[in-house]
Amino acid sequence: MKKFWRKLVKNKLFFLTFVFFFTTLSAQEKSIDQNQIFKNLRCLVCQGQSISDSNSDFAQTVKLVVNDLIEEGKTEEEIYSFMAEKYGDWIIYRPQLNKQNFMLWFLPYAFLIGGGLIIFYLIRKKREKA
Amino acid sequence: MLSNLGNILLFSKVLLSLTIIYFSYQCIKSSSVIIFKKIYQISLLQSTLVLGCFFTLIAAYVVSDFSLINVYQNSHTAKPLLYKISGTWGNHEGSLLLWIIILTIFSFLFLIYNNKHPKNYRLYTLIIQNVLILGFLFFILFNSNPFLSLSPIPKEGLGLNPILQDPALAIHPPLLYLGFVGSSIYFSAAIASLITNYSEKSFAFSIKNWVLISWGFQTLGILVGSIWAYYELGWGGFWFWDPVENASLLPWFAMTALFHSLLVLEKRNLLYFWVIILCLITFTLSVTGTFLVRSGILNSVHTFASDPSRGIYILSFLSIMIFGSLFLLLNKYRKENKLIYSNSKETFVLINNWFMMFYLLTVLVGTLYPIFTDALTNNKISVGPPFYNTVILPVVVIFLFFMAIGPKAKWIKNRFDNLGCFALFLFLALVVNFFIIYFFKSFTILSNLVIISSLFLIFSSFFDLVNSILKSRFDLARTISHLSFGFLVLFIGLNHNFSIEKDFNMRVGEVKSFDNYEIQLQNLELKTYNNYKAIIGNLKIKNYVLKEERTLNPEIRIYDNPQTLTYEAAIKTNFIKDYYLTMSNIDRSEFYNIKFQKKPLMIWIWISVAMLVFGGFLRIFKNAKIN
Amino acid sequence: MQRLIKSTITIIFIFIIIIFYISLGKENNYDTVNLVGKKIDSIELQSFNDEKIVNTKSFKDNNFTLINFWASWCGPCRAEHPILMNLKESRSLMLVGVNFKDKKKNAKNFLDDLGNPYDILLKDENGKKSIIFGIYGIPESILLNKELVVIEKFVGPLAKEDYEKILEEIGEK
Repeated sequence: MKKFWRKLVKNKLFFLTFVFFFTTLSAQEKSIDQNQIFKNLRCLVCQGQSISDSNSDFAQTVKLVVNDLIEEGKTEEEIYSFMAEKYGDWIIYRPQLNKQNFMLWFLPYAFLIGGGLIIFYLIRKKREKA
Repeated sequence: MLSNLGNILLFSKVLLSLTIIYFSYQCIKSSSVIIFKKIYQISLLQSTLVLGCFFTLIAAYVVSDFSLINVYQNSHTAKPLLYKISGTWGNHEGSLLLWIIILTIFSFLFLIYNNKHPKNYRLYTLIIQNVLILGFLFFILFNSNPFLSLSPIPKEGLGLNPILQDPALAIHPPLLYLGFVGSSIYFSAAIASLITNYSEKSFAFSIKNWVLISWGFQTLGILVGSIWAYYELGWGGFWFWDPVENASLLPWFAMTALFHSLLVLEKRNLLYFWVIILCLITFTLSVTGTFLVRSGILNSVHTFASDPSRGIYILSFLSIMIFGSLFLLLNKYRKENKLIYSNSKETFVLINNWFMMFYLLTVLVGTLYPIFTDALTNNKISVGPPFYNTVILPVVVIFLFFMAIGPKAKWIKNRFDNLGCFALFLFLALVVNFFIIYFFKSFTILSNLVIISSLFLIFSSFFDLVNSILKSRFDLARTISHLSFGFLVLFIGLNHNFSIEKDFNMRVGEVKSFDNYEIQLQNLELKTYNNYKAIIGNLKIKNYVLKEERTLNPEIRIYDNPQTLTYEAAIKTNFIKDYYLTMSNIDRSEFYNIKFQKKPLMIWIWISVAMLVFGGFLRIFKNAKIN
Repeated sequence: MQRLIKSTITIIFIFIIIIFYISLGKENNYDTVNLVGKKIDSIELQSFNDEKIVNTKSFKDNNFTLINFWASWCGPCRAEHPILMNLKESRSLMLVGVNFKDKKKNAKNFLDDLGNPYDILLKDENGKKSIIFGIYGIPESILLNKELVVIEKFVGPLAKEDYEKILEEIGEK
């Protein structure tokens, strides 16, 4: 009886995960989210606000320009490069992956993997001794 | 007059600290088994004096004594009394005084409450803590003295920035300081423990409540700060991954890791050096955060008036702290050899620490990286919310699963009961998530995973809760905290996913509609208040589906002293959602920029954090009862 | 092995402290003054007085071009105006004015009052073109050479020192 239960749970689980991935994948849209781009651009004339959060003159104009760029068919990455070219890397809140920013993106994962290895090593060593 | 009194009190505090250090040293050298009575007495005197010193400054603020530069720069006679008082710690100099108070009082309380522990350990803790006190006292005396006097005495003060005149912000600094300055006490205790080789389980016992207390207040401080940012800064967000916010989050991660691994030290006498390291880095991170914020090397929303000479002082202090404790630690370090089974509770505590360290280091790297690129390549970059969300969120998902499973593991033993339960929880989580997608049209895989994992944690903790009540094998504190953390992540996830954000440029009288809403800028009103003028917008929001109609009144305020323009958001809160509306004028035009946001379940985010803290304090009370 | 770990940790901390120390002396407010050496590709702007479209490519004919972004509503623009008038005297420098988000009437009054230093006067009514130039607040001026490469950026009003600097760059000093 218990076994049957487990099997049922397992099957349902499988089914549900399937449904879940299917629905989410199909829900993924390809269109560019302009709000996301606004949130990713820093307002240069304000203290630590994004273009999206700021109502300064500069922010308003940048929004217009970004909308134009989207209409021209530019991708998100191209828009960031465009803005960085004009205003420097400072304007982008999500640093691009390049030689300079390599460590920024790499270090957290290095810590994650390194930490995991240390724990694994600790536990395994102890087990061998036992 | 008050200036002289304050200065005298500060100087006598220096003398008292030196006396305490001297007598403590004498006491360590002596053969006495107990601590000299006079050390207690001087400690008590010291605490009294520091409070006196603080009240002197408060008094100066209350009576608006502008002969003090500090009062002149940060206060104004027309300010409400509450903000006169909170103005005391709202500035750099005054807040340092608050630092000293917490350092001193924690030092005194630690001394009297830990009388079961070895004499030398307690005395060394006292010495180290007083060295820290001296460090900050010198900083105050030579660089940031709030009691400096001014002549001729000005008639009126410069006033306090109006966005800082807020009840939440009045209590925010004291709460936060209780957290991260409070962590000084286990920094001192850790060093004392290294010096005296006091590495038994009871060491864990002596600091565990202090860790929980500082953690609780740190969390509360962050909560209050977030609430303030939410309704005052007018962007509708509550966390911006701003360097100053990160500075308060870093010690929080360290504390959280610490009180989890303390459990292992207490139960199994394992991980002693790891605990010590965490004790040391918590306070080190606090001081680092203070350095970053006060020296002005970071560009942040929450700017303190900064000046590089402060930076130099804190940096020297920080270096001494780091290298001193590093030297001691490396000298005393030796390998531990104890058993850890892979499915035991110890392992899961280690996993908690692993993730906490990951969050900590990620936030640390993100915060410091711009400083490094600027110093090394002269290129300034920004590391903002998108970076943290990308790196941290996926890992949170895994973390929540471990967090759900961990508490079910047993100490030492290598096995689990109730594996079937987990399958059931996962199943339930998937079902609920499925409904959420189905009814609300959720978007990305990641957000779904976040929702599923948090639901998994919630179900699992809820099961624990029921179980512990039925079997009366209570561990209510932990269950409540884990449960609320699950809710916190869930609500943040839902809030983030289902927020609506629209902005319009409107003229008076204009109507705009979108989705199920219609919004109308009906009229504007000009009102004059005591210390500001306000342009109040009258906006009507209609929801077609729910057939409800609301009026919201965002404001543009023009303050007199100092002259500042602020935007007040209009917020309508209920248990399901917040409406959040801001209005701002557009220069040289008759249009107003109206930003409308719907933020679902906002209030539950605050409640979850409050419950999280409640769990922590519950544990403190229970610990106290056992003692 | 243990020694190695110990010294690595110490070195990391020393490194961090040194970086902190270096940063203390640095300016932390961001501006784009250092963003020079970029080429201004072709940008089209409308003439202030008529419907004519002017392309930045046409600036290639001059040895040096100073593009100044201004508006009548901007106080500091008034302050820097005398310096622009002085620069007008310079022969190898072409002065281009871009009127930024302004009302035509006000702008005209402004120039009538203070004099018109510009060889070419253009306008940017909605501010979008200025974004393409990398401008984020006015007044701002950029100095281009013959290849249309930005050789100097001035954020905020031109000061006396900036005037000297410009003369130095264009070799009239």
